[in-house]
Amino acid sequence: MLEVYGKKLSSRLILGTAQYPSPEMIGEAVRAGGACAVTVSLRRESAQDTAAAGPGGIFWSMVRSLGVPVLPNTAGCHTAREAVTTAQMARDVFGTNWIKLEVIGNHDTLQPDVFELVEAARILCDEGFDVFPYTTDDLVVAERLLDAGCRVLMPWCAPIGSARGPVNLDALRSMRAHFPDICLIVDAGIGRPSHAATVMELGYDAVLLNTAVARAGDPVYMARAFAGAIKAGRTAWHAGLLEPRDFAVPSTPVIGMATFQ
Amino acid sequence: MKVLIKGAGVAGLASARELCRHGADVTVTDRCGRVGGAASWYAGGMLAPWCEGENADEKVTRLGIGAADWWAEAAHGHVERMGTLVVAPVRDRAELDRFAVRTCGHKPVDEGEIGVLEPVLAGRFRRGLFFENEAHLDPRAAMRSLQERLVQSGCRFHLDNRDANMDGFDAVIDCTGMASPVRGLRGVRGEMLILKAVGLHLSRPVRLLHPRIPVYVVPRGNGFFMVGATMVESTSDGGASARSVMELLNAAYALHPAFGDAEIVEIGVGVRPAFADNFPRVSRNGDTISINGLYRHGFLLAPALAVDAASMALKIGEAAHA
Repeated sequence: MLEVYGKKLSSRLILGTAQYPSPEMIGEAVRAGGACAVTVSLRRESAQDTAAAGPGGIFWSMVRSLGVPVLPNTAGCHTAREAVTTAQMARDVFGTNWIKLEVIGNHDTLQPDVFELVEAARILCDEGFDVFPYTTDDLVVAERLLDAGCRVLMPWCAPIGSARGPVNLDALRSMRAHFPDICLIVDAGIGRPSHAATVMELGYDAVLLNTAVARAGDPVYMARAFAGAIKAGRTAWHAGLLEPRDFAVPSTPVIGMATFQ
Repeated sequence: MKVLIKGAGVAGLASARELCRHGADVTVTDRCGRVGGAASWYAGGMLAPWCEGENADEKVTRLGIGAADWWAEAAHGHVERMGTLVVAPVRDRAELDRFAVRTCGHKPVDEGEIGVLEPVLAGRFRRGLFFENEAHLDPRAAMRSLQERLVQSGCRFHLDNRDANMDGFDAVIDCTGMASPVRGLRGVRGEMLILKAVGLHLSRPVRLLHPRIPVYVVPRGNGFFMVGATMVESTSDGGASARSVMELLNAAYALHPAFGDAEIVEIGVGVRPAFADNFPRVSRNGDTISINGLYRHGFLLAPALAVDAASMALKIGEAAHA
């Protein structure tokens, strides 16, 4: 069973809550996919919401009532300072030390700003947050994040929302090999269940996705498809995969067959 | 029979028309001093049942198909049946393919055809989708026109009414949106702009697809354009954020650089009432009927819901006078 920051999680699928046709469908997708946690982004307007349902109003009370841990994120922040403030707001609103730390370096490509990310991670870890940093597959940045106090890393496998799947398998492989004992969750760029299966086959601990489910023709069915793929990939990793070879390998014994020499 | 309609937004006005048509004695109250309600005042006014199918249940398309005809009768001369044009920048072509798969009632258009439909967009987009059976209207003008016609047919309006006297009515229709006591409502905040760009002419709403910030530009005539609208899970109707305004302006500029020289006439903020499934409800509690949760489909779905609510109210009236 996957355990992060001392909390046992019920599966290896984390779902985002943006872009669904309706909030009701978020709940259906979370249940159909057996998601173990959901991420939710905090916007200032919503934090100031004074509705009777509590901070953030009905939407956030819906998210809180899904029955799975909430992982608030700092989506849309561009500096360490902004991300730290957002994280502090999220702690108040959701009553959790968990924070998915996103510091975006480029508005258009949504690439993480790894310099600001490391700085924000250091501040938040010192303040007692359990930080889930959204990062690239760069090993040196990963080391720095661990130095800062992170115990989970969330590398992208392709740019956010791109649906391209793992574009650099070698980098993901070496990250897994480099940090065998760290919880590694692929965060962005997953487009289809086979992508999720692929990274799970590499030994990644979990997958976080949003767009691939939320904007599917049928988000509930797609959540179910991802759940199956993630389980298949994880089971295959446990079972031990065959390494590819350059030539055919006969699967029936050759002893006893006629040979011509 | 006598019916009190609380709320002079799009749902209240549509209900008033349906009841007046059937000879009911109708009084409409509102607190904001004019027709147009809260959310309806900031609406885009697109009657686009097929486009909305991209992200809404097929019930929205089905119920919305009759909206253009209904409005053409209710607010004569205000409905423009010019269709909807959907375009995407080259790098977001995948969004156009996705939109085409998720909707029907469209035909693909190429660069040349886009230029014929909207000459100012000639050469700016290689591919698009044209939804030729869709329509649009100017919500504020259409609601004022509907009010005038309702007054002519005997409907009373009390638009500064803080506490309407509820006595003497056979039925009440609650169309007060976020102010209603109906349970399970949430607010989805929307920010919009009205721009004036002299010399720029569009004949129909144009939707610019973008993976994160899809926007539409609706021509309002005389060089005015409505640009909308953001979607934020919040009931706060405080001032528009700089980022939202920037994103809307960016998108308008991406559609046509002449929007860079436009005058910003208005920055509006409204809160759309919505239920958890983003689909509206007509419900009844005793002699009170409620229409709520129109989300982003006020002008599109109010006619169909008003027909339902009016027939419920008429039944209550028949029972009372039987």
